[in-house]
Amino acid sequence: MGIFKSTLSAVRKGLGRTRDTMAAPLGSLLRGKQLDDAAVDEIETILLRADVGVSTTSSIISELRAAVKDGNLKRGEDAIDFLRVHLRDQFGDTDRSLANATTSPTVVLVAGVNGVGKTTSVAKITWSLMQEGRSVLVAAADTYRAAAVEQLGIWSERLGFDLVKGQDGADPAAVTYDATEAAVARGADVLLVDTAGRMHTEKGLMRQLNKIQSVIRKLIPDAPHEVLLVLDATQGQNALAQAKAFQETIDLTGIMLAKLDGTARGGIVLAIHDALDIPVKLVGLGERPEDIEPFDPDAFTQALFEE
Amino acid sequence: MFNALSDRFSKTFRNLSGRGRISEANVREAMEEIRQALLEADVNLDVVNGFCDRIQKEALGEEILQSLKPGQQMTHIVHQQLVELMGPVDSHVMLVDPPPTVIMLCGLQGTGKTTTCGKLAAYLKRNGRNTLVCAADLQRPAAVEQLRVVVEGVQTSGKGNAQVAFHGEPDKCAEYGTATGVAIGVCQRALKRARSERFDVLILDTAGRLHIDDDLMKELDGVRYALNPHQIYLVVDAMTGQDAVQSASAFNDRMAVDGVILTKLDSDTRGGAALSVKEVTGAPIKFIGVGEGHDALEEFHPERMAGRILGMGDVVSLVEKAQQEVDEEEAEAMAERLSKGQFTMNDFVKQIRSLRRMGPLKQIMGMIPGVGSAIKNLDGHEGQLDRLEAIVGSMTNNEREEATLLKSKSRVRRIARGSGASGPEVNKLLKQFEMIKKMSTQMAGMGMLGKMKAMKGMQGEDAMAGMEQLAGMSTRGSTKTTSVKKKFKKRKRR
Repeated sequence: MGIFKSTLSAVRKGLGRTRDTMAAPLGSLLRGKQLDDAAVDEIETILLRADVGVSTTSSIISELRAAVKDGNLKRGEDAIDFLRVHLRDQFGDTDRSLANATTSPTVVLVAGVNGVGKTTSVAKITWSLMQEGRSVLVAAADTYRAAAVEQLGIWSERLGFDLVKGQDGADPAAVTYDATEAAVARGADVLLVDTAGRMHTEKGLMRQLNKIQSVIRKLIPDAPHEVLLVLDATQGQNALAQAKAFQETIDLTGIMLAKLDGTARGGIVLAIHDALDIPVKLVGLGERPEDIEPFDPDAFTQALFEE
Repeated sequence: MFNALSDRFSKTFRNLSGRGRISEANVREAMEEIRQALLEADVNLDVVNGFCDRIQKEALGEEILQSLKPGQQMTHIVHQQLVELMGPVDSHVMLVDPPPTVIMLCGLQGTGKTTTCGKLAAYLKRNGRNTLVCAADLQRPAAVEQLRVVVEGVQTSGKGNAQVAFHGEPDKCAEYGTATGVAIGVCQRALKRARSERFDVLILDTAGRLHIDDDLMKELDGVRYALNPHQIYLVVDAMTGQDAVQSASAFNDRMAVDGVILTKLDSDTRGGAALSVKEVTGAPIKFIGVGEGHDALEEFHPERMAGRILGMGDVVSLVEKAQQEVDEEEAEAMAERLSKGQFTMNDFVKQIRSLRRMGPLKQIMGMIPGVGSAIKNLDGHEGQLDRLEAIVGSMTNNEREEATLLKSKSRVRRIARGSGASGPEVNKLLKQFEMIKKMSTQMAGMGMLGKMKAMKGMQGEDAMAGMEQLAGMSTRGSTKTTSVKKKFKKRKRR
């Protein structure tokens, strides 16, 4: 059983903007109309504008064209149905709930490049877990960025969770080790580790993530049970490179897609599913702790084509 | 920087240049590849379409079709168009009299506003401007504290003698959200302080906000009306996708942005945002952020950027960097000794050190024409440089001045023990030393172009070897560099 329960309507609400920008033109363009080349080109344009990416878009479009050629699709509605099923298939039926270790604590490692919203996401995840009555300990392992620890400290006061922190500039692996020890000793249900933002191209910093992972394993061999990459929904194709690099370093188990409340359409999610087998588990939709939703591919794809 | 895009262009144009004369079909084929490359680089779709139309029109002109070197011609056209798309630009911060000049930074969440504030303050400090930085982000937890730490760091370790001070009112954060205009009040008090304490510049670090968040955008309006900033800079993440244009133009419509600061260009992002933002908003890119340190802010130069995109390297930046780091007199003394064929271990280490002062090896190598794509995993070599210095550190003064002494096996053994290296490692260094000595003394008589050619020839070999040649160039570059700079200027004037 997963930690999060999926609520279709909430996702729809959250994805309202994605739907507005992506589905509205699709729907109004296609409904009741003949499905000709111009219409298919227009669909291609919409996918590209949504950051779906060249290669994923062309594979979607070529399948659409093939279906049109076979005579299966004639009108706009048919194309919408086809795309809805097709895009839904891209996501597969992976388990999207957060991992839950058989013996506590469940360790969740959170990583990502600079400025994607890791710390805010950690606060949100903690809030959700606390809503479920679980005890959460957070490790402030971002000892690099100025005041990152203070930032989490403020969240810990607001939400009332325990925080393990080291000095500014302390070894993040040491902080993580202390936190893991503390989580075991205090019998916490979940340990969340917030790491410093790092460019995926910086080999040294990526190795530091390895080290963080291995100190956790010294105390809990099968941890971390969940390794989340936080991606920024406004990012373009570089998010793929990030996912690949982090995947190679720390074996991601899931993605949290933050900042989906802007006008960015989050199409990169499709591209990532196309290229890598890492499930998107959570989406961030604002600055408040409760602005977090489970990622629901059905709702997501359905919402894309609703008006 | 921008590696992937330049790789792609190189490939496209290699294909073209292999064909002799160019046909209309060739051009269309190349256009399709360029279009795809630009889209993969996150250049906005409309910008891509406009760009490709212009290129195609030019490329199909009589001259190109008749040209014997269509690949080169095409590169030239694309380069020119890229430059036009991103420029022209004035990277200087306009200062007003009487001071203070008020600069306001704004942008989406997580684009790097606070870090950029520190970098901008460090830039102004280097240029002798006293700067007050105001924490107007009362929204994100600990943003005020973050800026305070950043500013303190700039004040204590930034280059230059000017003052950098921090204005923050952390206790106002609690009021934020309950009362409107709290941030405006903080900014007004900062301006008052900047006036009374005679700061040259006041920088306002505003909270990150969504361009569709009307309440927060109104707050930004409020700050703008209350303080009437002389310059409003939009901070844009270079990794942004298609949405870059949407958010940038929304901020621009509301705030009349004077310039853009493009951040996180030290990643491998193809940086399509750079191409998009200027064309769509009309606001020029003033600076680029290329790292986490407060010195990692560079002036934006469209010519150079276009050159990088096209895989033409960025020799001018490299030369400027070298000049910043190299002591003129020392360089001249060394150049003279080199021309006499004198080159010692001490010179060798000096060169490596001055090279390393210029920045991470990877970044420097990326600026050399034709090398960009050849080096992707240079990180390990930084460590090798440390070992190299350690080995030389274990030599006696006599050995450093007279490398022939090192033919003695017992000396090599001693050095290996002293530096924790193996005998073969020491011998390898000696060989590299001999090679670079030969190269450096030869190159002392060569012009810049000759050096570049010599370096390009080394591309396929051990990256260390290429690096060492670069070391040879960087220390002695000062006399020749001016000529390249002049050439560059001349070309611009024409």
